[in-house]
Amino acid sequence: MTAAPAKETGGKRRRKQPMARRESRFGVALILPAVLVVALLVVFPLLWNVALSFQSARLIDIQDASIIGFEPTLKNYDTVLGARDFWSVLKTTFIYTIGGSILSILMGLWAALALQKAFRGRALIRGLVLFPYVVPVIAAAFVWQIMLNPQFGIANEWLGRFGVPAIDFLRTRSYDLSVFGLFTLTIPLALVTVIVFEGWRYFPFAFLFILAALQSMPKDVEEAAYVDGATLTQKFRYVTLPALVPVISVLFLLRFIWTFNKFDDVYLLTGGGAGTEVITVKIVDWMIARGNVGAAAALGMILAAILVVVVAIYFKFFYVEEAD
Amino acid sequence: MTRAVFEERLFGVLKWLSVVFFAVIALFPLLYMLALSFKPIQDLLLDPAKWWPTLDQIWGFETYRAVLRPVDQGGFGFLVFIRNSSIVAVSTVILTLAVGILAAYSIARVNFFGRKTVSVGMILIYLFPVVIVAIPLFVMFSRMGLRDSLYGLIIVYLASTLPVTLFMLRGYFQSIPVELEEAGRVDGLSRLGVIRKITIPLAAPAIAAVALYVFMIAWNEFLYALLFVLEKRELWTLSLGVNQLNNQEVPKTMLMAGSVIISLPIIVLFFAAERFLTEGLTSGGVKG
Repeated sequence: MTAAPAKETGGKRRRKQPMARRESRFGVALILPAVLVVALLVVFPLLWNVALSFQSARLIDIQDASIIGFEPTLKNYDTVLGARDFWSVLKTTFIYTIGGSILSILMGLWAALALQKAFRGRALIRGLVLFPYVVPVIAAAFVWQIMLNPQFGIANEWLGRFGVPAIDFLRTRSYDLSVFGLFTLTIPLALVTVIVFEGWRYFPFAFLFILAALQSMPKDVEEAAYVDGATLTQKFRYVTLPALVPVISVLFLLRFIWTFNKFDDVYLLTGGGAGTEVITVKIVDWMIARGNVGAAAALGMILAAILVVVVAIYFKFFYVEEAD
Repeated sequence: MTRAVFEERLFGVLKWLSVVFFAVIALFPLLYMLALSFKPIQDLLLDPAKWWPTLDQIWGFETYRAVLRPVDQGGFGFLVFIRNSSIVAVSTVILTLAVGILAAYSIARVNFFGRKTVSVGMILIYLFPVVIVAIPLFVMFSRMGLRDSLYGLIIVYLASTLPVTLFMLRGYFQSIPVELEEAGRVDGLSRLGVIRKITIPLAAPAIAAVALYVFMIAWNEFLYALLFVLEKRELWTLSLGVNQLNNQEVPKTMLMAGSVIISLPIIVLFFAAERFLTEGLTSGGVKG
């Protein structure tokens, strides 16, 4: 390291100690403000959340709630786990998270493959493609709401030209889709729409990672495959895809965690209605609409616990590390 | 025609279709938002297919005027929200950089006890659900009287952007050759002097990227704003202002005008600094 004092002879040993200590003190001094901020505003609240979840705390009398001086109770967990919709909310959360993660990664992969080779205007297109990701979520969600509006939205306007009756995408719990008049498929329309929104909004993130991985891939294997007369699909299947597994594996982990914890997107698009209520929306609902802080905290604990378990399982069985 | 040749041609065509597809899905919603933001709602209801505005309508800026006008003049008071969002986002950037640069330097370059723990801890925190932190913070701020104040928002944004700042800057600081810093020491700079005169100037592109990210996060943030300042209208940030336009009584075209107002600075900043940002993104992995 930079200023690590030189270990030379035994005679200098006594002078090394204060140097090292000074170094250490300097390091701590630099990092202290950051650690304090995070401890006070992240770690402490996390611990407090544990306490709140075992406490009967309501929004109205929260002023008097004590951090440690309370009678612990499991009532909140009872309330939350016993809620009629608990399991359906959990299921929705998983479908939303896994669907959104996979869709965004597939779209990102597709976009990266299409934009992999240089062409005129690629830089511009590459910048444009990032738009969905950088636009404020609130603006993105509202423009989708309006595009999908059954009265004057552009989506229904276009569908109408093909004789499709207006569809309220974000407020239809299940929709019977007739497949060429052969059979009908019942799809959870609002949930699917929210997942498509997720795919649209976050594919640029996957795109950037996958593009970077593609561009850093050694060219020789690909050329060898070309010389051997491999077709493009073969090359993709046997050369490109295996090389992308590590980056896709990291992407899935990140997207899963972030989508699982996400609140704004669903809340702004549907408010959690029509079968789209995910755990985070439910937590805010417990806290603000019902004023039950204890229950909100308990559900938060459950959210974190599930997350930890899923991530542990993923690391054990599915995570593929980059081979260096 | 062999299979290889057939595939070359097929994917050659598909590639261009894909490029067009992605350009359209990325751009169209924004274009639609912009177009609708200029239209009177009656026009849109009359004929939804005609979503582009006329020149007169664009020139009139009717919806924008209504959205920006103060409340006591029958508008929605967006000028105040723009001011609040700017204060909050700029303060967050300044504070985060001040605290984050020192901390990242410490993790990257200084040997101290607990260094590993701190750096792993920060990454773990970065992955934790925001909602769980929000509940106790809500309670805590209510009790400390920090709710209904912009200070509360700023320090929460500081705390939530610090981990990513550390993560991104640490990597960059480590890539700066140690010899340059040692040379500074030999020339008589103090350790803080080295940070100020050597490390920071050399890391300027990374610092700029981080600053932009932090700005975007603070500018776009919605949940904390909803929890902390909803009750005081004069403290609303732009995202709360836009959210308020989303109700039955307000014409949707005004909602779009509000959406354009909140998006515009972000898009301009993004275009101004796209290259920094895409590099920063893949090196740090920015939460979203």
